[in-house]
Amino acid sequence: MNEITITIDGKTVHTQEGEYILNAARANGIFIPAICYLTRCSPTLACRICLVEADGKQVYACNAKAKMGMEINTSTKTIEEEKRAIMEVYDVNHPLECGVCDQSGECELQNYTLEIGVDSQHYSIADTHKPAQDWGLIHYDPALCIMCERCITVCKDMIGDAALSTVARGSEAIEAVFKEEMPKDAYAMWNKLNKSLISPNAGDTLDCTNCGECTSVCPVGALVSSDYQYTSNAWEHTQVPATCAHCSAGCQISYDTKHTSIGNTDEKIYRVKNEWNYVSLCGAGRYGYDFQNSGVTKDANAFEAAIATFGKADTIRFTSTITNEEALILQRLKEKMGLKLINHEARHFKNFLNSYSTISGQSLYSGTLKAVHESDFVVSIGSALKTDNPNARFAMNNALSMNKGAGLYFHPINDPVIADMSKNVTQFNHAPLMEEAALYLMLDLFGDKTAMPSTVVQYLAGFHSTKTVIVEEMVDEKVTEAVVKMVLNEESGIEEEVSEEVTKTVKKKVSKEVEVDVNRLFDLVNAPAGFSDTLTKYLAKKETFSLMVGPDLYTHPHAHNCARLVALIEKYTAFGVTMIPNLANTLGVALICDLDESEGNMSIGYNTAGDFTLSALGGGDLDMPALNQQEGTLTSIDKRVNPTNAALSYGGYTLNDIASGLGIVSSLTIDYTAKLPVKSGFKAVDFDCLPNHYTNAGEEVRGYVLDTVNINCDDEKVDVIDEDGALKGSLVYLADPVLQFSEFTNKSHQLHQEAGVYASASFVEAKGLSEGESVVVKTPQGELILAIHIDSKINGDIAYLPTFESKINSKALFDGYRFNTATLERV
Amino acid sequence: MHVEPLQDRNVSELSAYYYVDIPDYPETGWDKFKQVMKRTFKGELFVGLWVVLREMIKFDIHTVKYPLEKLPIGPRYRAVHKLLRLWESGFERCIGCGLCEKICISDCIRMDTRIDENSRKEVTEYSINLGRCIFCGYCAEVCPELAIVHGERYENGSEQRAHFVIKDDMLTPLDWLTSGQQQEYPGFGAITPNESVKSTPLAY
Repeated sequence: MNEITITIDGKTVHTQEGEYILNAARANGIFIPAICYLTRCSPTLACRICLVEADGKQVYACNAKAKMGMEINTSTKTIEEEKRAIMEVYDVNHPLECGVCDQSGECELQNYTLEIGVDSQHYSIADTHKPAQDWGLIHYDPALCIMCERCITVCKDMIGDAALSTVARGSEAIEAVFKEEMPKDAYAMWNKLNKSLISPNAGDTLDCTNCGECTSVCPVGALVSSDYQYTSNAWEHTQVPATCAHCSAGCQISYDTKHTSIGNTDEKIYRVKNEWNYVSLCGAGRYGYDFQNSGVTKDANAFEAAIATFGKADTIRFTSTITNEEALILQRLKEKMGLKLINHEARHFKNFLNSYSTISGQSLYSGTLKAVHESDFVVSIGSALKTDNPNARFAMNNALSMNKGAGLYFHPINDPVIADMSKNVTQFNHAPLMEEAALYLMLDLFGDKTAMPSTVVQYLAGFHSTKTVIVEEMVDEKVTEAVVKMVLNEESGIEEEVSEEVTKTVKKKVSKEVEVDVNRLFDLVNAPAGFSDTLTKYLAKKETFSLMVGPDLYTHPHAHNCARLVALIEKYTAFGVTMIPNLANTLGVALICDLDESEGNMSIGYNTAGDFTLSALGGGDLDMPALNQQEGTLTSIDKRVNPTNAALSYGGYTLNDIASGLGIVSSLTIDYTAKLPVKSGFKAVDFDCLPNHYTNAGEEVRGYVLDTVNINCDDEKVDVIDEDGALKGSLVYLADPVLQFSEFTNKSHQLHQEAGVYASASFVEAKGLSEGESVVVKTPQGELILAIHIDSKINGDIAYLPTFESKINSKALFDGYRFNTATLERV
Repeated sequence: MHVEPLQDRNVSELSAYYYVDIPDYPETGWDKFKQVMKRTFKGELFVGLWVVLREMIKFDIHTVKYPLEKLPIGPRYRAVHKLLRLWESGFERCIGCGLCEKICISDCIRMDTRIDENSRKEVTEYSINLGRCIFCGYCAEVCPELAIVHGERYENGSEQRAHFVIKDDMLTPLDWLTSGQQQEYPGFGAITPNESVKSTPLAY
């Protein structure tokens, strides 16, 4: 894209060619009112208030693209008349409930009404009765709805659920007299508004992944969180800028806090808010905020016991839901006391990264989720995308819907959410352990065969064979035939038979022998029939390619080979690669800690089981602060070190206190921020210097991006696929349902649920089971008796076991890899 | 969003307090005796005694014999707050909009709200910290429903000056409403209770 110069209200503005005028104005601090437009989504053209005059022509700033030298005027007499009429129409019959409305002043209708200066009303229509609706976590009050359709737009273009649409309002027609009197755009906007209301596609309630982004983008109080309803006014909250602690996306959020009640002055988180123009949250981020370890005081005895145990123990077991600073403290403890650090999930990821580096020569992968958003061909391999990292799913959906993109999704479990994203997405439900075939297929389809190592090229060629097939084609054929006609002989006046030759084009079926290429890799990844034709269609006019690889590969028995294949793909194809770290700070832990493979005799568990447990979940031997109670940094999938602040106070001991007690003295945990290892790409920056916001232009000003370090690489030898190694039969997967990531999400009151084993409706039916029934899940590693739950967001016959419930030790049923053979029987 | 408060990490319990410069209390008997002598013979005592004696012999006393007699107060007097009810239905006037809480310059009003069974905003608890209230009247002025008003009760004697006024203390009891004891304050736009007060006809 080229940089161009346009003039808005006499001010010279630099922007990119093809950028919408509205975005160019916003990025340069020029105000153009807009209600229905969402950055990163398609223009809805519902509100029509962003009218501007571009080169003398009236256009909508949200969908008119900037051209070189364009002269834009944001205010003319007709535009002002239109704006005034539009705001008057929005105020028609809008309930005057501002006193109790949950938007409590953060209302765009209120703001624009005042901005435009609506002080009298010229329009009217009889109101209709529109009762409020309860959609589970979300509450919809149609009386307050102004039909900007932002909820529909975000749900379709960003989230990918497309769970909302418009239905008839059942209102009277607008009086004919207004059509004459009103400004044109205002009338058109009213006419549309007057005909529709928002409704879930699934009928009375929502069938979606409950991200709640619709409530976030709602400019009025029509869509609100059911739990938040009427509990507080927006202005009472202290907004604590933070980073979501649940998955590796590291979304920027703000915890809105206030005292609990009159009788209890302890701070409480009432809701989570996000900068919805630039970051979209999933339901876990939005609703899973109250996972704090509350009511903790300094228990000196437990602290002494902890210090004593550290003297005796030889192992620390921990999870990746900790900050970078805590990870560094653990590493320092390891260095000083010779402890072993056990975190298998992070260790697998670290090994994967290291293996990747041996070919790529880079310490980190090249891609980010932002790059995925901007690409037009997205591939995901080895990840249950919607639950491993919902933002990666949003990025893929956004790329497919906004950039006219296409996508490939390689995963053994068929996902209806992925299928619903676009018609240009193909799912490959390959057998588990066949991920290498998917990676080889990527090399085969997109690799630069002239540059790739010859052994790989030869190996790939071995999958191809030609086959002669008989293809039936319709061919146009010219046929000449004699037609006998009756012609009137003008002389005699008698009709005569005349023979005439006529040439006609006739469609004819022809059988033809054609040589076609057969790619055995397609069979290995279970490609749908005719995929090569589909792919040709997909690849038309595609420019930017993104590959996301997920946790299935990190624990793969051939993880080393997978990682090297990923590096080859990055090197020899146009794809940028993004790796999805499993948990909130897996990447940070992998870069900071030296992780051990085998543990010793006596372990200290941090947020996980151990002989002595430090726990932010409560109930351990010594309490620790949860991630919403401590400040520090988290490393996200975008390789960014994001700061997070303490939303709630914490009265107990922290890991830093223990380290200080053991001789690694530091007054604050965040003193370690500047000491994070520079050799791994961190920067020596103090915590208080780390910003955490977005600019009006959408630029992410958060923390800093890790430096990628060059690493010596060796040869480019990769192993072949173990074609007979596929896991077959009845299988079970290790994953969490939508809205859950860890015990922390399950601790929050809105997301808490009884865990069990999850399976698709068809599987449960085929097994003759019913929801909630107890089943025994048996794998070669062990067995568990659990209730079976139907997950409507998966298809196929692979059940999965969750990790969010500590009482269910589902990991013990697996041998590292996320899939395992299993039997599932009624108890 | 402001991060400045989050960067103040002095979170010890005493951080909001500091010691004022008061000399140490006398500890030994001798020190105490010295302090008594010093204070007695400094002459301050006699200054006070002289004022009393001077005023007494003037015989010109205007003292109101409170609490036996009380001065009349104006209808706009701003004493302890009251929460009023709707005349026609007996419902609480307060809708929980929180404007009083927001406008309060001494930050002494708090309320707890929730969504009730009828999907209305219910104020479950309401309190004014009279230890902080400066009786400025902003809360009554901002109230869109004429729900909070100042009453005439200015006697707030209690063991603790900073006791809380809770909702039950302020809200007009229902029997007061039926017996017409709820006072309205003309000039604020309040309706005066009479036969013309009827339930609001709801269209739906």
